[in-house]
Parts: sequence; structure tokens; C-alpha cells
Amino acid sequence: MMTERMGLFTDTTVCIGCKACEVACKQWNRLLATRGGVSRMYGYSYDNTLNLDGFHWRHVKFIEQFNEERHEPRWLMMSDACKHCTQAPCIDACPEDAIIRTEFDTVVIQPELCKGYFACAGACPFGVIEGDPNLRIARKCTLCYDRLKNGLIPACAKTCPTDSIQFGPLKELIPRAKARVEQLHEQGETSAYLYGVEEEYLGGLGSFYLLIDQPEVYALPQKSQL
Amino acid sequence: MAECHPVAFRWAMKAKLQGAKIIHVDPRFTRTSAKADIYASIRAGSDIAFLGGIINYVLNNQRWNTDPFFQQYLLNYTNAASIVNEDFRDTEDLDGIFSGFMQYSDQEDKWPFNGSRTRYDNTSWQYARQGKIRKSKRSVEDIPFEELICSLKMPPVLKDEKLQHPRTVVQLVRRHFSRYTPEMVEKVTGCPKETFLKIAHTVLENSGRDRTTSWTYAVGLTQHSNGSQIIGCCALLQLLLGNIGRPGGGIVALRGHASIQGSSDIPTLYHSIHGYMPAPSVLKDHSSLRAYLASEASATGYWANMPKFLTSYLKSMYGAAATAENDFGYSWHPKISGDHSHMPMFVAMAKGHVKGMLCIGQNPATSINASLERKGLRNLQWLVVKDNFITETATFWNKAPEIVSKDIKPEEIQTEVFFFPSAQVAESEGSFTNTQRMLQWHFKAAEPPEDCRSDAWFTYQLGLRLKKLYTNSSQPRDQGIRNLVWDFDPVLQENTSGEPDVEKVLKEINGFQTNNPDQHLTGFTELMDDGSTTCASWIYCGVFPSPDRNLAKRREPDPPGVIGAHLNWGWAWPANRRVLYNRASADLNGRPWSERKKWIWWDGKKWTGYDTPDFALHKPPDASADPEGIGLEGLSGRQPFIMKPDGVGWLFAPNGLVDGPLPTHYEPVESPVENILYNQQNNPVLKYWKDEDNRLAEVADERFPYVMTTFRLTEHFLAGAMSRWNSWLTEIMPELFIEISPELAVEKGIYNNQQVRVTTPRGGIRARALVTSRMRPFLINGRRIHQVGMPWHWGWQGIVVGDVVNHLTALIGDPNVSIHEAKAFVCNVEKA
Repeated sequence: MMTERMGLFTDTTVCIGCKACEVACKQWNRLLATRGGVSRMYGYSYDNTLNLDGFHWRHVKFIEQFNEERHEPRWLMMSDACKHCTQAPCIDACPEDAIIRTEFDTVVIQPELCKGYFACAGACPFGVIEGDPNLRIARKCTLCYDRLKNGLIPACAKTCPTDSIQFGPLKELIPRAKARVEQLHEQGETSAYLYGVEEEYLGGLGSFYLLIDQPEVYALPQKSQL
Repeated sequence: MAECHPVAFRWAMKAKLQGAKIIHVDPRFTRTSAKADIYASIRAGSDIAFLGGIINYVLNNQRWNTDPFFQQYLLNYTNAASIVNEDFRDTEDLDGIFSGFMQYSDQEDKWPFNGSRTRYDNTSWQYARQGKIRKSKRSVEDIPFEELICSLKMPPVLKDEKLQHPRTVVQLVRRHFSRYTPEMVEKVTGCPKETFLKIAHTVLENSGRDRTTSWTYAVGLTQHSNGSQIIGCCALLQLLLGNIGRPGGGIVALRGHASIQGSSDIPTLYHSIHGYMPAPSVLKDHSSLRAYLASEASATGYWANMPKFLTSYLKSMYGAAATAENDFGYSWHPKISGDHSHMPMFVAMAKGHVKGMLCIGQNPATSINASLERKGLRNLQWLVVKDNFITETATFWNKAPEIVSKDIKPEEIQTEVFFFPSAQVAESEGSFTNTQRMLQWHFKAAEPPEDCRSDAWFTYQLGLRLKKLYTNSSQPRDQGIRNLVWDFDPVLQENTSGEPDVEKVLKEINGFQTNNPDQHLTGFTELMDDGSTTCASWIYCGVFPSPDRNLAKRREPDPPGVIGAHLNWGWAWPANRRVLYNRASADLNGRPWSERKKWIWWDGKKWTGYDTPDFALHKPPDASADPEGIGLEGLSGRQPFIMKPDGVGWLFAPNGLVDGPLPTHYEPVESPVENILYNQQNNPVLKYWKDEDNRLAEVADERFPYVMTTFRLTEHFLAGAMSRWNSWLTEIMPELFIEISPELAVEKGIYNNQQVRVTTPRGGIRARALVTSRMRPFLINGRRIHQVGMPWHWGWQGIVVGDVVNHLTALIGDPNVSIHEAKAFVCNVEKA
């Protein structure tokens, strides 16, 4: 039975980069840590997981923007995950039809049907999907499908202390996000805009973002590239 | 705040969404800075120069000098008009020190590890009074408590309500801060003048009748050799701006652990007993119960009730054995003989003066000047470590760096080490007291595994065994432990785990009628000084008003859209009050200062409002003080600061602080620059423990040219004893690093993510360089000064390991509270 479309609105202007979403995601979905947690530091700001992959379904990006004089310094943070696209290339790419659109209009890989061809990984324009090194199947964010079925909100949105990650019906999230952009414009943050709401973004993303710089700054494709 | 208190920062971000401005002042650009409207970087250790600059800006601002709100608040709710003793000399007169400076006399050295060599006699800092203070010739012994308190009555303080007399507090404050100009702020702190002025302007603009500004801080402000004065400087500024006792104002101490507030209230601190009464001491005239009260109570203000608080406390300690005839067992109570806090204790330990240590949830093997602290641990006979994991402290004898390097052999260490595995917090029930002074009960979610036990179990069982050990002792010194009331056995007999009933503990803290223990006290106004009430901590009295009502368990928020203080959510001490001194939220006549900042007001018959009024409920705003009255009778209807003997907020502190009545900028003990403001380089009465393992760099020492500050990361907790055992946390912050600016990296030829060696006179460690423009060099009085920063979460135990940053720090202490100076010292950085 189809319910209304559920999704996430991520307001990056209130993200504090605490990574609680990364940890909550791993805890709920029982995802392992890199090499049992004995990982190394990369020197890319405070980012030590670098990408989304088969066992990192959430990833917080850190972008330091400072000029030599440190005028108007900025440290951007953005918690990234699967976009749950309307026209999801991964669904079309899977030769086994293992990726489904759920009753919440979210995109979920069924692990028991995945044969590990990783066609989906190549098809995803956001680089969201990779293989799980142990199970050798494609894995990614399910928007906590099991929690949703039980009336709970996704672990990331539940744990986010500043409500940077907001969960709800898309038709409620979009007007709320637009009002937030207007508020930021009034406060002088004129570069604020929504990424992923319009049709051009693969029919609209089920998980969309409020950004204050160009998409490529956040390592996201321009809508023209989609 | 975002970095170390992300959950609390939720509320700061909610305020920001509603239009609040966030200002962040920090040596480093952090995750908090990233969300701030204005960010100022200052050199670590220059806080008072910055805050003093704002005070100077406020005092010279035209709006502040003419706005009736500021002037009424200043004149009536602070000690601005009080006149100080004519013998008082300020730092302006004595080039950086106050009158009363003297050497510490050897006779005071009952405990030779205090770290003090100098001190102040604060006689000259006192108020000038109408007439001499009468010293009663009559002995305080054998007189009733009320008469004793009456005898402490002082003649009225001299005041000049026109605020013109040169020795009025406000004139002293003006003169004291006159040299803290914007230009001086830039020279000392390295913060550009424009940024400083923007902040000073914003803070003042956002304060007044309709608006309030709040200051929040954590250990970045406290861990300095003048840490208490830095907080005092915030308080002085907030009083000038009328931001105390009002909603959205105040000074918010963000504490370092869950329930650290609780551990000050029911203290694990050596120098106080429950409810902020000083610990009885052999260094003061505390020879008897009445001598203690004569020394510590005051005739006016709420502390006049100290006899009730203290006797009820002693009843909770010694029960039926405590009687009026034996001064409620006062002589059995332990007395302190000096500074028994962390640093002096480890210095004494290193010198072989301490036999054994119970180390519960603490990790001294990686604490301040860690090599010296481990020397202390090696000189113990026994050490008990109780923790969730095998910490560095539990393995100091076989895995510490000096063992690995074979400088010390484990078989040469005499210390016998016992390890007790601990239950996690979710495996026990109890209360947390948060930074808002709010108690919230937490429930047990799971049984602890195997032989893990809660801290309450450990303490209770230890107490039972000690009592048994001393049962037959007739030694006078053992009577305290023999008479100690120690019955927390669970009511339900099927509980055979030995776990105490923590609600029984809460009941003892809350208090009850001595003759009818089922009749709990409902508030501290019920306390008596004759032994008829039993109450461990007067400030917590009322949290458990009847056996079936533990108010810390309440979880009822105010309905949406209703303005209120959520009084049915948990319980805040004292008396479920959410804003202290909230009488100050109303004007002289008891009306709210403004509709927007309405909180407590006089309705014609009583004080009422959104919160529990912090005032005599039926005292009208125009009531005058009774000249002969004690306690609150001695204060008028316009004196909101009821814990103070003079009922007003102190801009100038005649007592309470040992290092001066006004905050003054001193350089950190280790600094690359001389003090530009005064010839006096450092806090003249700071604590330092001279030891070959605790050597210091000289001022502007060329071997150690960089300012170092330590910090915490969101991903880890303290020394990592909890967080470095969780693989989800270790992978997101795996390795120790040092943040350095690109400018310093170029100077030293250091690449990002490269290994570097960091040294101080105490030791050297390795870390990765994180080269980031979030760090920047400072221009201090014309000289370019580099600053670096290191998180201190690593050690040799856990999933990920790293060098101990505290090998770099020194044992230097604030003289008031003995906090160490880990937020500002000097170091060198080289390619490894």
C-alpha cells in the first residue's frame, strides 16, 4: 500500500558536523567500521571517512573556505546520503530487479536479491552505492525502511541535535525548506538555495539540501549534469 | 559549544533560527565558529584583556551612561554605590598588584604541597562602614544560634548614591579598566580592533530593558592561572549590562561531564561540603560548631540560615548520635588542612606521602604533566581503578611510555593495582544534575554484565566494610565513621545484588523530619537548627517531597505556545527555580522591566510569574530593610541578590576571591610575550609546584616560541577511556593531530598530515600535522606570534592509540580553585 512520499530535507546551514548521524546510521543498520575502527587520519579537515560506500551510508563533508586574510571565513558542513531520486538510475540499471521503490516512495536495495553486479554503483550520479566488502553485494541507505515500517523516523534524523536533517512527507518538507531559504535571504545569506527540489534533478530528489555555495563545492553534480 | 556540547547547542541553533546572534570568541576557528554570526580569534590566555575591553567600552558608552534601565539596575541591584576602605590600592596604583600582597607564612604550611608562596590579606578590600565593627567579647560557645548570627551583624556600608565618590565601586571599576582600550585589546589579544568593536557594540546593543545577552563558557575560560577571575570578569560585565536574574541572560557554565554540576552540589570537591558550605578546616577558626558558624555565616542575606543547614547536614551524617549536647557530632567531621585537590595530591604522591588511591572514572596516567602523575602512581602502595575499560591508569605499571622505553621496570614498582569493572550509566539508576541545576532521574535499561558493578554499589559496599572494621574502635578519630549513618539497603528483600537503594540516598539528601522519616521535607524553609530535621543538602531540599513523589522523574513540558519555565520537567535547585536572583527581572517597583522580558513580578500581594520567585514571597518592593534584622529581614524589597549579605550583585568582590577584588589581565605562566598592561607578568598568587619534572619555559623563551592550547573534539570524550573503545567513533577521528596554520607550516617546512614532534620543558610527543587556515598567526604588540592546538583524547589503551598530550602540560594552578593551566602554554613544533 502506497503512503505519501517520505523524504529528508537537510539544511546544511545548521549542521554542526558532529557526525552523530554517521554513528546513529551505523548503529541502527549494524554497519562495521573501517578495519575494525583502526583507521588513519587523512588530513582533509575533520573528514576521516571520505565517501559514501557499502558500509558508510552517511557521510559528513567538511569544506574549509578561508582566504589569506581570513576575511569572512567559512567552514561548510554537509551530511550526505542516498538521494532517493524520483527517476532512480540505479533501479533501471539493476539486471536482477533487486532495487525497489517502497510504499514510502524510497529506493531500497533488497540484499537477498542482489547478485553483486554493481551496475547500480556505476549508474548512480551521486556516487552513493558501493559494495559491502564482506557481503559482496551493493548496499546503501534504505532511509531506515525497517524503522519507517514500524512508525519510526530514520536514525539520522532522530539523532541530529540541531534538526539539520529533517524527515517527513516531501510535500510538507518542500514548503518548509523554501521558507527557510527566504528567511536566509532576508538575513543577508543571499546565496542560499535548494538543491534537488526541481524536476531537472532526476524528477526531484527524495532527499534534498539547502546549500550556500555551488554544488561542486559540496562534490555534488550540477543539475545540468544529471 | 557545538564542538563539545552538540546536544545543548541545539538550543543555540533554535535561537539563531529565531533571529538571535551568536558570537564566538576562541583561539581556534571551531565547529562553533562555523555557525557564529561573528567570530573573533584571540591569543589563548588573553581573555581578561578582551572582556575588560568590553567593560571599558560599556562604561564609556553614551547610551549606557544615560539609559535609565542600566543606571537603575546599576545603582540598586549592584554594589556600584558602595564605598571601599580607604586603605585599598588598585593595580593602577601598584602596577599590577592589589594592596595586601604578602608572603605565605610557613606556619600556615600544615600541608606543604599547596603550591602557594604568596597570598593576599584582603582586609583593605572591605567596604567602608559607618562605625567600627564590634568584636563581641563574649565567647560564641554556649550561646543560641540566633544570638550568634545576630552578633555577626556589621555596621551599614557607606554609600554614595550619586556614584561620584572616588572610592565607590563603580569609580574603582572605571579606573581599573581605563587602560583596556580597543587599541590595547588588539595589542594583547591579537584580535583586530574592528572585530572587537563589532562584538562590544553587538553585546551592548543586545542588552537593556527589552533584550538580554547570555554568556556561555566551558573549560577554555577556566583552565588558566586566573581562571576564576575570567569568569568573574564575565559576571562583572553581565551585571553592568543588567543581564543577571533575567530570562535569556546569565552566565552559563557548560560543564565537562554529565552531572559535574551534581558533583559540586553534593561535592566530590575537597574544599566544600553539601550545598556550598566550606569544608571545616584546621587553617581557620573552625574548632567548634559555633566557631565554624561565626567564621562562615553572615547576619544578613540567606546564609544567616547556615545553622539550620549545617545541623540538618550533621544529622544526616550521624543520625541519632548527633545531639545538641555534642554539637551534632561536629567534632567527628573530617577537617581539611590545605589544598587537597588533584595537583597537590599528585605532587605529594610523587614524594611518597600518599599510601593508596581509589580512582573511579578518572584517568590520571594521562592527566596534567602525565609523567609526574605516573611517578605519583608508582609511589603508592595500592591503587584501585574502577572503570568501564582497562584504562591507561590501570596499566601505568606495564604499558606506560617509561616502561616501553625500559627506563623503569615493572618489577621495581611497588604499587599493587586492583581493577574493578564498572557498570555503564544505562545499567544503573540515579539522578543527573545538568548545567541548569536541573535534576533528571535516569532509569536502568539493562543489567550490568558479569561482575560489573555500579559506582553506588562500590561506595556503599566499601562503606559497610569500613564501618565493620571500626565497630570496636574507641579512638576518638574513629567515632565519625562509627556513627556514620549508612543504611541504603533496598526495601525489597529479593534484591540480593548488594546494590543500594538510590532513592534512599535521595531521601537523605532531600531531608525528612527526624522523628518521622516518612515525612519528607518539602523545602528548605522547613529546616530547623535543633536537630528536628535531617537533610544532607539544603539546596536539594524539596526534590523528593513525599515518598511517592520523586520530582526529578517528572517529564511534563509546558504546552506549545505557552510562555513558561517548564516547571514540571525535572526539578531544579533551589526550590525548582530556573533563573536565579529573578527578582532582578522586575524593576524597583516590582513591574517587569519590559513586556518582552517579563519573568517575575509583584502582583500587589506577592511575587508571582513564570518561575519560582527567588525572593521573600510576600515582601513588597517598597519594604525597607530592618536595621536590626537578620537574614532576609536585613534586606529591602529592592535587593535581589539574597545570598549576598548586602543583597546586591558584586562588581567588586571584597571577599570570596583570593587573587583580587577585580579581574586583571595577567599573562599565562608560560607566554611568548611580556604583560603589556602591567609590570606584573603573572597572577602574583598563582600556584606552582616546583619540581625537576615540572620545569617551565622563560617568558619569550626562544626554544618554545609557539602558544599552545588544548581542546576537545566532538568525536571523543576526555582522555578517550570511553570513546577510543568504540570502533564507530575511532574511525571518524582515529589519530592524534596538531592544528597549525599554513603560515607556520611554510616557516617550518611541514606538510599536511606529516608526523611532527611537539616539545615543552616537560616532554615531547609525536602527532600528525593538520595544516588548516582555521588557525592563524597573531600580531601581538607588533610581533608575529604563532598559535597551535592539540586535542588530548589519546593514550596507549583502546582500539586506536596515540601519544599523551598531557606530557606537555605543567602543574600550575589558579589560586582560588586549583584548576590547572592547560589552555595556554608554550611549545615548539618540528618535523619528526
